[in-house]
Amino acid sequence: MSSQTPVPLPDAAVPPPGQTGVAETAQEPDGGRRILHEMLTSSWLVSLLAIVLALILGGLLIAAADAEVQATASYFFSRPSDLISAAWTAVSEAYAALFAGAVFDPRAEELGRAVRPFTETLTVATPLILAGLGLGIGFRAGLFNIGAQGQIILGGIFAGFIGFTFDLPPVVHLLLCVFGAALGGALWAGIAGVLKARTGAHEVIVTIMLNNIAIYLVAYLLSLDAFQRTGSNNPVSPPIPDSAAYPLLLGSGYRLHAGFLVAIAAAFFTWWLMERSTIGFRFRAVGSNPHAARTAGISVNATYVWVMLTAGALAGLAGSAQVLGTERVLTAGVAASYGFDAITVALLGRSKPLGTVLAGILFGALRAGGVVMQARTGTPIDIVLVVQSLIVLFIAAPPLVRSVFRLPSPDTPRAPKPVVPVAAKEVSA
Amino acid sequence: MKLELQGITKTFGSLVANDHIDLVVEPGEIHALLGENGAGKSTLMNVLYGLYDPDDGRILVDDAPVTFTGPGDAMAAGIGMVHQHFMLVPVFTVAENVVLGHEPVRGGGLIDLPEARRRVKEISDRFGFHVDPDAYIEDLPVGVQQRVEIIKALSRQAKVLILDEPTAVLTPQETDELIVIMRQLKASGTSIVFITHKLREVRAVADRITVIRRGKVVGSAEPTSTETELASLMVGRSVSLGVARTEAVPGEATVQVRNLTVIDEAGVRQLDDISFDVARGEIVSIAGVQGNGQTELTEVMLGLQTPVAGSVRLDGVEMVGKSVRDVLDAGLGFVPEDRSTDGVIADFSIAENLILDLHRHEPFAKGVALKPAAVRANAERRIAEFDVRTGSIDAHASTLSGGNQQKVVLAREMSRPLRLLIASQPTRGLDVGSIEFVHSRIVQERDNGTPVIIVSTELDEVLALADRILVMYRGRIVGDVPGGTDRDVLGLMMAGVPLEDAVRQASEHHTTLGEADLDAVGDDTTIPLEEQL
Repeated sequence: MSSQTPVPLPDAAVPPPGQTGVAETAQEPDGGRRILHEMLTSSWLVSLLAIVLALILGGLLIAAADAEVQATASYFFSRPSDLISAAWTAVSEAYAALFAGAVFDPRAEELGRAVRPFTETLTVATPLILAGLGLGIGFRAGLFNIGAQGQIILGGIFAGFIGFTFDLPPVVHLLLCVFGAALGGALWAGIAGVLKARTGAHEVIVTIMLNNIAIYLVAYLLSLDAFQRTGSNNPVSPPIPDSAAYPLLLGSGYRLHAGFLVAIAAAFFTWWLMERSTIGFRFRAVGSNPHAARTAGISVNATYVWVMLTAGALAGLAGSAQVLGTERVLTAGVAASYGFDAITVALLGRSKPLGTVLAGILFGALRAGGVVMQARTGTPIDIVLVVQSLIVLFIAAPPLVRSVFRLPSPDTPRAPKPVVPVAAKEVSA
Repeated sequence: MKLELQGITKTFGSLVANDHIDLVVEPGEIHALLGENGAGKSTLMNVLYGLYDPDDGRILVDDAPVTFTGPGDAMAAGIGMVHQHFMLVPVFTVAENVVLGHEPVRGGGLIDLPEARRRVKEISDRFGFHVDPDAYIEDLPVGVQQRVEIIKALSRQAKVLILDEPTAVLTPQETDELIVIMRQLKASGTSIVFITHKLREVRAVADRITVIRRGKVVGSAEPTSTETELASLMVGRSVSLGVARTEAVPGEATVQVRNLTVIDEAGVRQLDDISFDVARGEIVSIAGVQGNGQTELTEVMLGLQTPVAGSVRLDGVEMVGKSVRDVLDAGLGFVPEDRSTDGVIADFSIAENLILDLHRHEPFAKGVALKPAAVRANAERRIAEFDVRTGSIDAHASTLSGGNQQKVVLAREMSRPLRLLIASQPTRGLDVGSIEFVHSRIVQERDNGTPVIIVSTELDEVLALADRILVMYRGRIVGDVPGGTDRDVLGLMMAGVPLEDAVRQASEHHTTLGEADLDAVGDDTTIPLEEQL
């Protein structure tokens, strides 16, 4: 009997020092909070593997949708190699096109054209990063704010209105528009914050409903004379004048604008706010344990309101990036699906600023590259949406990813039953 | 039935929870398993009960090796377990709970409830449990629920009964009844494994004592050993059980609670017209069984709950109506009852936990900017001062043992000048070594001239710390007695008996633990009963 050799278990099964595996059971937080906690504390590895898994499944779908693959599948049993090579060709070409459209196009004749895809990626990433940062703050404070869509729209409305209505000197005008955008988003999110603090109304329900209201609000506003372009019956605002627009960063050949710098600055600000300020300290305290925060004299309700205001301001800035930079006009589709994609971005970035920036760029790349992929290989851009959705799915279910890759769970100090060492079996023999 | 464990080893990764543990439980023996929290007692019992597979070693029943793959096997082999947290369905009756999982059935698959009742009644009568088979669990006091658990085990022919920290939830009188039950069971030939860290109880009932420390058997002791000997074995160094302290020198009564009344949402009076004073340099202990209004009292004083009537004055300033933050800033140090929920934030670092209610103040913040250097310096100082055992101040609070988490809370709350310290269950779940430390810090705070309120359900703690004892029962203060009042009197008052009756009853009938008190050598802290009237 191999008595003296304790079988090494995965690290995760090791109880924290000073605590045996059975000492104290952590108490169960309520459902939503537990899911958030689970998503935010899973490792970077899980995020990475979720992306890998999603790309693999996406590859299968690309292969299945490919005409050549379908043709070779009909005689799979006589010549299986045809199917495999056709599938490989389809997937590798599609993903190569995705890469060329998102990062670097090796086919381009000059360097400027070759790197243009990456600037497109950054342009698309800008609103995702801004809104994602805001949502991330909410997630870390225990608020499942899914109202970024509405907050982006309100930010766009405020920025656009100030932009096309007033005639002001260049820098002042832009600053006023940007401030207005932040204010608009903050007010919209603040409604949900106040309702939660005052009445306990759940932020998920309230923010979803506010999203709908915002969508119809912008459509209604664009039917008014004050918002509609003169001489047009379409729901389109007048264009944003140069004085109120984000300057282009790389000249007129590229769409990348100063909104991206705002996003990067916002990421630094968010880091400082959450890690280095007393306000962020309270946000995190309330998010991790509202009971202990309350006992320590932190007003949980006031914190909820401040969290929503901050998150809304950042989402509002995302609206400004669209209206003052990328689109230069306010339309009913100002927010596209950025508000919802930003949820994924924040979760994939585990609600940390750096992670959110990286996740935002990844999603920007999928978006930008997807267009080129569809154009060059005929692979439907919907595949990109599927890949994005799969990433969400895997991020939302860390246990699933862990079980696929046989990773240990970080949250179980108890040794789970299945890791029964062989020696134990011999005992009974 | 003779039960034997040989060389049981159980590891969790690098942590060896049980290291070649040998244990023999003879038929009809009460065998105490004594050890601090985290010593490996519960792991060992979970191995025995089939919940864990041991890495090494074997279990013998009547000298024949057995294997348990689950509690079902253990039960079939005659081992019953009463968990610290009862495994009962609150909305079922006693009889239904007892037969749950082994329901006797009549024709047509119907549960034979009369048979279930008969079984409960038979066991209940045999041991004088006085349990009504038709009572609903949720209506029963904790002590009776525990008896239901015991009946459940016995109804499955348990020959060895494992009791895991059975007295943690009981009043002193209920504890006494449990001890009587344990003796009856023993007389009828049932062996009992009694897991505990309470020395007094061990000495009162155990036939043999096995002491476990850090996963190893470090010795066995006779019930005649003194508490100090047992404690030293348990901790691995000599400990002093009593708190070294001088006589209190009460000063001005700076804490004045008047006519405090709290009515909860269900309309129940949780606090009923409570009034008392606490003087500077005095420890007032609030004794009572859990759930008699102590939680509400401390929450009202902190500002978490608003009373319907009454006032709390600290240094002449009204605290009712103020926010928690203002009350804390007025100089209240608050150690909450449930540290893992209210005291620390598990995924905050130790350094962050140490400034939880101080993070707005200099030197930890300037404006809205935190000062990480000051936060770290503070953490280094506090963990040294309070002997928090941790690898790093950046480690999450969740990596700390209960005792060390409590030290973090105490370090935080005592790291500023206090006008009042309220500590609820300051040593719940702590080991002997930590209790000694926490108690001496509390006494030190008193000696600095701070009024101190200790809320505790543990009579040992109340008696060790209190200069004055207030007994709470159903939201009222039913007694205001000096520290060192007889344990039996306090126990009866905690059950709602008025002081005079309590003194009379206690002098007529001593509980086992009360007698142990009287027998104790050098027992001059207990005030003779006659003087209390």
